Amino acid sequence: MTSFSARRVRADIPQLTRVVNGRTITYLDSGASSLQPRSVIDAMSRYYELRHANVHRGVYQTANEATEAYEGSRNAVARFINAPGGENEVVFTKNTTESFNLLAKSWGATNLKSGDVVLVSEMEHHANIVPWFQLRETTGIEVRFIPVGDDYRLDLSNLDELLKGVKLLSITGMSNVLGTRPPVKDLARAAHDVGALIAVDAAQMLAHGPTDVTELDVDFAAFSGHKMLGPTGIGVLWTREQVLDTMPPFLGGGGMIADVRTDGYTPAKGVSRFEAGTPPIAEAVGLHAAVRYLEGLGMENVAAHERTLTQDALTRLELTFDGRVRVIGPLNTIERGGVISLDVEGVHPHDVAQVLDQFGVCVRPGHHCAKPLMRRFGLAATARASFGPYSMTKDTDVLLEALEHALKMFG
Amino acid sequence: MSNLEDLYREIILDHYRSPRNRGELATPPAHRVEGFNPLCGDEVVVYLDVRDGVLADIKLTGHGCSISQSSSSLMSGAVKGKTIDEVNATIDSFKKLMTVHESALAKEEDHDDEVDLRRLGELAALQGVVKFPVRIKCATLAWNTLRQGLEELV
Repeated sequence: MTSFSARRVRADIPQLTRVVNGRTITYLDSGASSLQPRSVIDAMSRYYELRHANVHRGVYQTANEATEAYEGSRNAVARFINAPGGENEVVFTKNTTESFNLLAKSWGATNLKSGDVVLVSEMEHHANIVPWFQLRETTGIEVRFIPVGDDYRLDLSNLDELLKGVKLLSITGMSNVLGTRPPVKDLARAAHDVGALIAVDAAQMLAHGPTDVTELDVDFAAFSGHKMLGPTGIGVLWTREQVLDTMPPFLGGGGMIADVRTDGYTPAKGVSRFEAGTPPIAEAVGLHAAVRYLEGLGMENVAAHERTLTQDALTRLELTFDGRVRVIGPLNTIERGGVISLDVEGVHPHDVAQVLDQFGVCVRPGHHCAKPLMRRFGLAATARASFGPYSMTKDTDVLLEALEHALKMFG
Repeated sequence: MSNLEDLYREIILDHYRSPRNRGELATPPAHRVEGFNPLCGDEVVVYLDVRDGVLADIKLTGHGCSISQSSSSLMSGAVKGKTIDEVNATIDSFKKLMTVHESALAKEEDHDDEVDLRRLGELAALQGVVKFPVRIKCATLAWNTLRQGLEELV
C-alpha cells in the first residue's frame, strides 16, 4: 500500500485555497462534481499549449501525439476498472447520462422488445430511469423498480419475483442521495442466473474506492470524468467486447464510419463507431491524468479514508444535534459511502445551504435528480454533504458549526 | 454575516414560522391554482375568492423554503380585501422590486423612482432577496401563481 495523506491531496487541489465570504471553502459537494488536482489542470493546459490537433486523421507529428494521448487515456481507463478486453471496451461519452442514453438507445432498442423488463431501483438517479421510460414509449418494454426499505437499502426480499422477465438489471453502485452501496456482485449473479445482463451506474464509485468490473462481474458500467477528479465533458460506457459488437451506432457522422457512399454507409468496427465527430481530446487527457493521480493514491486507501470520515461525521451529527439533524441514509458505514443527506429540523434544505454558504461550506440542496427516492421518503429535498479523497475531519467541523448556526437562526 | 441578515429579516422568519392565511377555501366558489418550482420542489397552492371585482379572501397551502413560504404569507396579507386592480398593481410593484439591481438598492433616490417601498409595506422586507439571485424564483413563486389565477378568472 502506498502511504495516503489527505493533507497532501488537499495541497494538490488549487480550488481548496479559495476564500468565499471571508472563509476558505469547505468543499462538501464531491457527489455533484469533484475538484481537480493541479496535475489534471496542467495536463490539459500542456496538451493545448503543445500537442493539440484533431485525432485519428493527420499524419503530422502533433496529430499523432494527439491520437496517442486520446487512445492512451482509453487504455488507462480500461486498466483502472480492470476491463477484461482492455481499451476495446471503453467508449468515451459526454457523461454518465449520455452513457445511459447510449446503452438504452443502442443496446436497449436492438435487444429489447415489447414485454421485456428493465429492472432498476427506487434509489436511481434520473439518468438511469428516464432513458428507460423513453425506450418504453417506442418499444413497449416494462420498467420495474426494486423498492427501497426503511433502512435506506434495497429491499431484495422479493428479488426472484422482481427478476421475472428481466432482460437488464440496471442499478446504482452507490446512491448519490443515501450513500447506500447495493450488493452489485450478488445482483450480478442473480441477474445472470435468469439470463439477464446487468449495468451499474458507477458515477459515485470511481473516485471513492476500487472499481473492478471483472470482479463485480457486471456487463455495463457508466461513469463521468468530472466525478473522479477529471474534467467535465467526458464520460465512459464500458461493456464487454462481445456485447459491444452487437450494438449499432448511436450518433451518426464523421469518425464512426468505415465507408460512406451515395447509397449508404458502413459503420466502423469497435469503440470508434460510438464516437461520432471530434471527441473531447483535452478532456481525455485530463481524465488520464486523473486516473494516474487516483492510482497514485491507491483506491483502497481512499476508501478507508472516506469510511473513517463518514463514520466520524455520522457519529458527531448524532452526538451534536441529538435528532434535530436527521441523516437520510444508513447510520453505519457498512456498504455505505461518503454521501450524507441531511434533513434539518425546521429548516428547509435551501435555507440550510444558504446559511452554510456564509461559512464557505459547499453542500447541495434539492432532490439530487432522484425524485422517485425523495417521494419514497416523503421529502421534497435534502441538503447533501459529500466527501472526496481531499476531504478531512476539519470539513466536518465547519459543517457542524454552520448547521448549529442554521438551527439557531430558524429555531 | 450582514448578507445573511439582509436575506433572513426577522419579519421573514416570523412569516415562515407562523404563515398567515394558511389553509384552503371551498372550490367553487373559490378558484384554486397551483405553482411549482421544478428545480427545488417548492410548491404553492393559492385559493382565490373574488367577488364584485374584489379579492374577498385568499388562502394558501404548499411547502418550500423560508423565502417562498414567507413571500406567500406576506403576499396574502398585502392583497386580501383589495380590488383586482389594486392586487395587480401590488403584483407589479413586487415583481419590480425583485428585478431592481443590487447596486440600485444603495441609491435610495433612484430606487424610489422604480418602486414605492412605502406602498409595499412589510413586503419591502423581501428586498434583500435580490442580492441572492438564485433565490428570486423562490420569492416570486406565489406571486406568479396568484397572477396566473387572476388571469384564469378573467
